[in-house]
Amino acid sequence: MVSNRTEKAGGFGNILRTLLTNRFSSITIAVLLALIITWLVVLVMDAPPLRVFSIMVNGSVGSLDAATQTLQAWVPLVLATCGLMFTFTAGLWNIGMEGQIEMGAICAYGVIHYMTGTPTPGYVAITLASLAGMAGGAIWAYMVGLLKNYGGVNEIFGGLGFNFIADAFLLYLVYGPWKPEGVAQGSTKMIDAQYWLPQLPGSYLSLWSLGLAIVGILVVTFVLKGTYFGLKLKAVGKNPKASFMMGIPTSRYMLLSFVLCGLFGGLAGSFQVTGFLHVLRNSISGGYGYLALMVGMLANYQPLIGVPISLIFTALNKGATGLVIDLQLDTNFSGVIQGLLVLCVLLMDGVRRRLTKTFRGVQHG
Amino acid sequence: MDVELVNIYKTFGRVHANDGISLKVKSGTIQGILGENGAGKSTLMKILSGFIQADSGDILLDGSKVVIQSPADSVKLGIGMLHQDPQDFPPMKVIDNLIIGSPVGLFPNRKKIIKQFEELQKQFNFAISPDTYVDTLTVGERQQLEILRLLWLGAEVLILDEPTTGISASQKALLFETIRKLAAQGKAILFVSHKLDEIETLCSQVAVFRQGKNVGSMVPPYSTEHLVEMMFGKTIARSEKTCDTQDQINFEIDKLKIDDRRLVIKDVSFQIRRGEVIGLAGMEGSGQAMILRALAGIIRPTGGHIYMMDGKPDGRVDLAGKHYFQFRNLGISFLPAARLEEGLVQGLSLAEHFALAEKQEGFLIDREEVEKLSQQRISDFNIRGTPESRIEELSGGNQQRAELALMRNPLRLLLLEHPTRGLDIESSMYIWTKLKQRCAEGASILFISSDLDEVVHYSDRILVFFGGRVSPAFDASLVTIDQLGQLIGGKGWS
Repeated sequence: MVSNRTEKAGGFGNILRTLLTNRFSSITIAVLLALIITWLVVLVMDAPPLRVFSIMVNGSVGSLDAATQTLQAWVPLVLATCGLMFTFTAGLWNIGMEGQIEMGAICAYGVIHYMTGTPTPGYVAITLASLAGMAGGAIWAYMVGLLKNYGGVNEIFGGLGFNFIADAFLLYLVYGPWKPEGVAQGSTKMIDAQYWLPQLPGSYLSLWSLGLAIVGILVVTFVLKGTYFGLKLKAVGKNPKASFMMGIPTSRYMLLSFVLCGLFGGLAGSFQVTGFLHVLRNSISGGYGYLALMVGMLANYQPLIGVPISLIFTALNKGATGLVIDLQLDTNFSGVIQGLLVLCVLLMDGVRRRLTKTFRGVQHG
Repeated sequence: MDVELVNIYKTFGRVHANDGISLKVKSGTIQGILGENGAGKSTLMKILSGFIQADSGDILLDGSKVVIQSPADSVKLGIGMLHQDPQDFPPMKVIDNLIIGSPVGLFPNRKKIIKQFEELQKQFNFAISPDTYVDTLTVGERQQLEILRLLWLGAEVLILDEPTTGISASQKALLFETIRKLAAQGKAILFVSHKLDEIETLCSQVAVFRQGKNVGSMVPPYSTEHLVEMMFGKTIARSEKTCDTQDQINFEIDKLKIDDRRLVIKDVSFQIRRGEVIGLAGMEGSGQAMILRALAGIIRPTGGHIYMMDGKPDGRVDLAGKHYFQFRNLGISFLPAARLEEGLVQGLSLAEHFALAEKQEGFLIDREEVEKLSQQRISDFNIRGTPESRIEELSGGNQQRAELALMRNPLRLLLLEHPTRGLDIESSMYIWTKLKQRCAEGASILFISSDLDEVVHYSDRILVFFGGRVSPAFDASLVTIDQLGQLIGGKGWS
């Protein structure tokens, strides 16, 4: 009976199997699947699907202005993704990235807040603010690492906890000591223009932050692929016990991966202040921490693959803003597409693994 | 209930764990099952209790064939297994442990169950309060709880797997009394052990397993020599010893003490000479693994000294209490038996392993250098694979050779857990050739093996472990297999 059925399924079954087990075609199927489901969601929302897609493409890359905005938004996302590559490689889930970005923004704003009115030149203040942001993010991440290593607190819970604390601290500052005169708006006073990262004329894009993001990608790729540090980190992530036996101080490496990750997160946060918003305000991290986790996962923890994926993600975000104006849809629509993409890719990856895996040995239960 | 196992076959990969075993246990008997590690005892018990399924063969209860596909099936049929490690829920109350896994429905009648529990306890003189938490009980009490639970679930056949490990002498006496009472009630008892005197005092008949086969049985009066002979076989080839630079002391172990939850090892003193091979014999869990890990610096001894001679007359360094990495840097290397858990990193290539294991020079990885080194090691150690092969793609024998190839030069002490377990003869011989080379270079080797042949064949001296005790070192060329076998089984210790 059973053999009969497989014979009948023969040709088509084999083709399907090949499509599902090939890495490339499997990802293509995942993307198509995500698009189909998005299409259905759009239909349910009673909007014209083709128009939705065209608005999104136009809004993200359709004009020079749109493209620079997308690039500008890409910077914090790609920086956060770069940072997460360290913790992912070490086998850690740094959910605390959001808080690390926020702490970076707080520290950067703090430096500028206290330098305003002093004769410090702008570029010195910006440099100091960036360094302070990196330090803030790194310390915030380091604490998650300490809790994990010495307190036995899983980094996911530790990270979430520190996200809440960073949130609360930011709100306290914005509504308390750093409240601008007048009515509280959930935002500080804007920093003086001399402390702004230089921007391309007529746009929000700063070549400095863009350049640093690109340098970041290269550095992370190089460190992870070409150095003993990267190799050891990879070993720790894949098997801490065996790594320890091989003489790698595993807890020190895990802590270091947190610190490195926090550096990048903090830098992203400081750019949010000096390069984009020019204020410190509620949810300044813009959800980039969580988004970066998704990018990292989709990129299979490869920094270079993370580059196009993070670009697509920011393009989706930027494109979706047009939907509000034209079709009165919610901007969170881009989140739906991003979520679907991640889920579909992970699902197809699961299917691929299941089909290629040969079950051996005893199965219990 | 009468139990009969007929022609049970079970293979794991290329290993025949059960190679056509048959066994018949009548109601009311205490059947002892004796055998070395890996003889197939546990596999057969797991098949009977539904944890694994046989490849072929029949199980008969009271003469009729049954199919057991899960532990739940076996419980329903009246078969209960007492595992070596208690299978309970430490953070929960005794009574909840009893209720879990029983078919009492959504709302169990606790009062009634507590009463039944107390009545059962009275029969066997146990005294466990149903409201205490399991993690406050001793290992012996947890075992009693487990026995009560199985009886309460209606077990007619009881399997006890090494039940005397980790319990006190009085608890052991109570356990034996309980077992005899249960047999008198007409239950069939299967008592798995490697301790000869326990089997001899308790069991009404004994079956001896070796290499997956039931090689013979015996009823009282027992002859210890005959049992040992059946357990280990008789044919042991001894190799001529290749290393002869064995007058220099390399390490001196002095009154070493190690505490573990289950086992206390104390007053272990012996010397390790340069270039010698010391085999550690004994059933698994007798303390040899702990000594090996203490010598590697992985577990910290609670007392005593590990002296390393530093070449000067009377010059020595105490390593006890130092960090594992310091042990490593002094040329003390440990090869764990769990290759893919502790020794190698799945997902990394051979080349990446070699890069990690070598002394690091600089910050950057020199790809060409690593490639060259990998090629060299791969051919030196006859590994079937390329530098790019990921470690999990290699066969067991090749993984073991890779582990050996990762060791640095020079080495002072090499500690191996089951260096050839699961390997074919050719691979084993190759590995020992490589190990003997290390000895010729002056390294000392300590290794654990549950294969007595291997221990006698390759060791210069042998230490036997039993229940945390360590024998004096025997000269491997003089000791007889019977002497070793009795010591391993717990006989002849003063």
